Amino acid sequence: MNASTKILTRDLNLHYGDKHALRHVDLDIPKNHVTALIGPSGCGKSTFLRCLNRMNDLIESARITGRVEVDGTDIYAKDVDPVLLRRKVGMIFQKSNPFPKSIFENVAYGPRVHGIKDKNRLEEIVERSLRGAALWDEVKDDLSKSGLALSGGQQQRLCIARAIAVDPEVLLMDEPASALDPIATAKIEELIWQLKESYTIVIVTHSMHQASRVSDTTAFFYMGEMVEMGPTQKIFTSPSQKRTEDYITGRFG
Amino acid sequence: MKRRIRIGEFLIEKGIATVAFASLGAIVLIFLFVFREAMPIFAMAPESLSGGHESISATGAATVGVSASYGDPVGEAESYGDPVGEPETYGDPPADTSRSGSPAAIDPAAPTTPPTPSTTGEPAGSVLSQILSGNWQPVGDHPKFGILPLVAGSIKVALIAILIAAPVGVFAALFTSTFAPRWAKEAMKPIIEIMAGIPSVVIGFFALTILASLVQTVFGLDYRLNALVGGIAMSMAVIPLIYTLSEDSLSAVPKHFTEGSLALGAPLWETNLRVVLPAAIPGIFAGVLLGLGRAIGETMIVLMATGNAALLSPSLVEPVRTVSASIGAEMAEVVFGDPHYVMLFVLGSLLFCISFALNAVAEIFIRQRLMAKFGGAS
Amino acid sequence: MNIPKKWVGRGVALVTGGSAIATVVLVLVVIGIVVQGGWGHLTRDFLLGSPEQGMTKGGIFPAIFGTFLLVTLMSLAGVPVGTITAIYLNEYVGQQSKAGRAIRFAVNTLAGIPAIVFGLFGLGFFINFVGGGADKVLYGGALHWGQPNILWASLTMALLTLPVVIVSVEEAIKTVPRELREGSLALGATRLETIWKVVLPQSMTGILTGAILAISRGAGEVAPILFTGAAYFLPNLPDGLTDQFMELGYHIYIMSTQSVDVEATKPIQFATTLVLLILTFTLNFSAIFLRWHLRGRALR
Repeated sequence: MNASTKILTRDLNLHYGDKHALRHVDLDIPKNHVTALIGPSGCGKSTFLRCLNRMNDLIESARITGRVEVDGTDIYAKDVDPVLLRRKVGMIFQKSNPFPKSIFENVAYGPRVHGIKDKNRLEEIVERSLRGAALWDEVKDDLSKSGLALSGGQQQRLCIARAIAVDPEVLLMDEPASALDPIATAKIEELIWQLKESYTIVIVTHSMHQASRVSDTTAFFYMGEMVEMGPTQKIFTSPSQKRTEDYITGRFG
Repeated sequence: MKRRIRIGEFLIEKGIATVAFASLGAIVLIFLFVFREAMPIFAMAPESLSGGHESISATGAATVGVSASYGDPVGEAESYGDPVGEPETYGDPPADTSRSGSPAAIDPAAPTTPPTPSTTGEPAGSVLSQILSGNWQPVGDHPKFGILPLVAGSIKVALIAILIAAPVGVFAALFTSTFAPRWAKEAMKPIIEIMAGIPSVVIGFFALTILASLVQTVFGLDYRLNALVGGIAMSMAVIPLIYTLSEDSLSAVPKHFTEGSLALGAPLWETNLRVVLPAAIPGIFAGVLLGLGRAIGETMIVLMATGNAALLSPSLVEPVRTVSASIGAEMAEVVFGDPHYVMLFVLGSLLFCISFALNAVAEIFIRQRLMAKFGGAS
Repeated sequence: MNIPKKWVGRGVALVTGGSAIATVVLVLVVIGIVVQGGWGHLTRDFLLGSPEQGMTKGGIFPAIFGTFLLVTLMSLAGVPVGTITAIYLNEYVGQQSKAGRAIRFAVNTLAGIPAIVFGLFGLGFFINFVGGGADKVLYGGALHWGQPNILWASLTMALLTLPVVIVSVEEAIKTVPRELREGSLALGATRLETIWKVVLPQSMTGILTGAILAISRGAGEVAPILFTGAAYFLPNLPDGLTDQFMELGYHIYIMSTQSVDVEATKPIQFATTLVLLILTFTLNFSAIFLRWHLRGRALR
């Protein structure tokens, strides 16, 4: 294992009941890089992402085998607390899901849950997170406004602020801009580029253009298997696998 | 570093689960306690049901707590009227030694053999035959606990109620869900559903003061309060129930059924009768069953509108007394543990069983419809 | 007998329409008669005064008070239990679990039991078993808790209205989208924290609706309190859990069937019935309004 690998999986398999959704996935995710997961719909990339913060635990029929390590610790070990794991590994969802609370309360939710009660500290964290999500200037005048009153792009940035408020080390993003217009998308992509200095980012995207714009490393998934992984430029210009090439050139997917 | 602790949460979540099982526990308890107070009926000897003797024969080892309450102060025993030597319903010499005079002898725990019935003269019959007789006179010198008049009363009222409420409720539902234009439906549906919110005591009051006089005048009846009035009043409580369930059922019929039939040229009314209605039958039937259950178990309306006379007759225009009314009216006056008390709990157990059975069957029909719907109804 | 189809069609429309109209008319007539008979008597003195002269004069305040006390105690017991049960059924058990199915079966059964049987349970369990047992332990057998009183009557009612609360709260919990729960969990909140901070606040409307519907039912049902605590005339208002109480529905029942001079008490009978009707309808309308508001929010 490399010192600069943040997350790795070895022979990861996932079954939803009878369906074999992830097959023998071996993947190394480098620290402080943006890793993109691409592939056609249903290929398992979102499922894989959810394994990294144990969100698949919520699904009754899901069975996981293999190893997933974050900083060298197997996160599926018996003595690992998923709650603390999720503090370290945060998630942004495809459809933004701010709580029906004020902007302030949305961002303060995570820190509060993790025990921070002091009002001043919370205010400090909220401001820092909103700045980090490039949202501060737009909302600083009224933090008591409902999170739901923001535009789609702003809501998603609010969710990003919310996620970084708990001071994670990894950010998992599941098609974060797919529901947004091009301008909002561009803002999110720019934000991702900035965030990678402080966080390790794994982003699932169905847009190859987005992957090539935003990521350092790319992994191509197909039918539950991780087919090929490498530096983004290499994957998009000279992939080693035929399946990868077919997908990239648009022959399917 | 990740490790797991959180005791507080664990306890709270266990607490939540426990409370949630309370409803399950409640059902079990209701079943247990209602039936438990009725259990002595099995250990009773016939003569205790027809009065005359102190019911010492409830030696029921089975009835743990209750038998202790038999043979309460001697004074109580006196009120049973018939002195030992003249048993009413059977001719056996009093074999219950416990009645030898001194209070100490009245020991409910002492195993006295129940006198065997029917060796001389009038046979006592079994407890069962006592219960199934046609006389319900629980209070008096010679109490009788025949439940037939009560059961007949309940059946009469429930039948009249269902015969009115089922057609009216189903037709009304058919109208508002299929025939009626939008504005009519929006106006009528809430009003009919408001009917469900009228407390039964108000319906009973209405029946007692207005309806009874009306019915008596219109039909020229002898008795003002009778089964008919009770049944009509009861239907007012049942209609909203049948209406709501039928309406839900009819509205749930997929629109393409209707469209397909209309596209073939069938008029709306025929479509509704031949296509929509049959598709909704399981739900409607379930509604009628639940309505029947309500009609049998409802208490206040019959207490106020049926005249409360435990007569066993085929006539619909004479006063009746239902099972539920008997419990409601008599329970406050009974002595804890005596045969009357036990019989009322027996009646309660009967009601429990009937409503349980009707509920269970109705559930099957509702589930059947859901399965048919998702399993590809054609 | 061959009737032209057109006429059959008209007949069907007539019969069904007639049924609907008849029902509507019936409801309006009942309400109208009660209003007409009782409206005139609805004065402040009536609502705030006590009964006088054998119920032929005076007011019904004790009955109103008793009813309010009854439903308050009932809600204090029933609403939390119902809410917790609904939470358990929706947040903790899966679709297929046996526990979930067993509890739902129990709730459905509870909903179908006749009200009078609840009264019997109140008598057999609460009054005789719990109350009598408490008396043996605390008072050496002297009669203190083991008799009809407002506590046992309220608990009996709470059991009766439990299914109503559970269904309402469940309805509200189901409108909370899955994404909100996932968002909370992804931030490192536990399941309990998610329920407390996200699901419950969103379900408040449902809890309120459930409570209101339960109260409406509790104020209207008389059968369960016939022998678990209601009384026709009490010189004092209940001030302790061991007291009996007067109640609107019970009052109507006794007054109209057993009062010494039924004719003389007629105006009061109508007025009391009207008060009960106004109470129940106001509660029901509030619940309907809340539910409509809830549906509106769910669609957003």
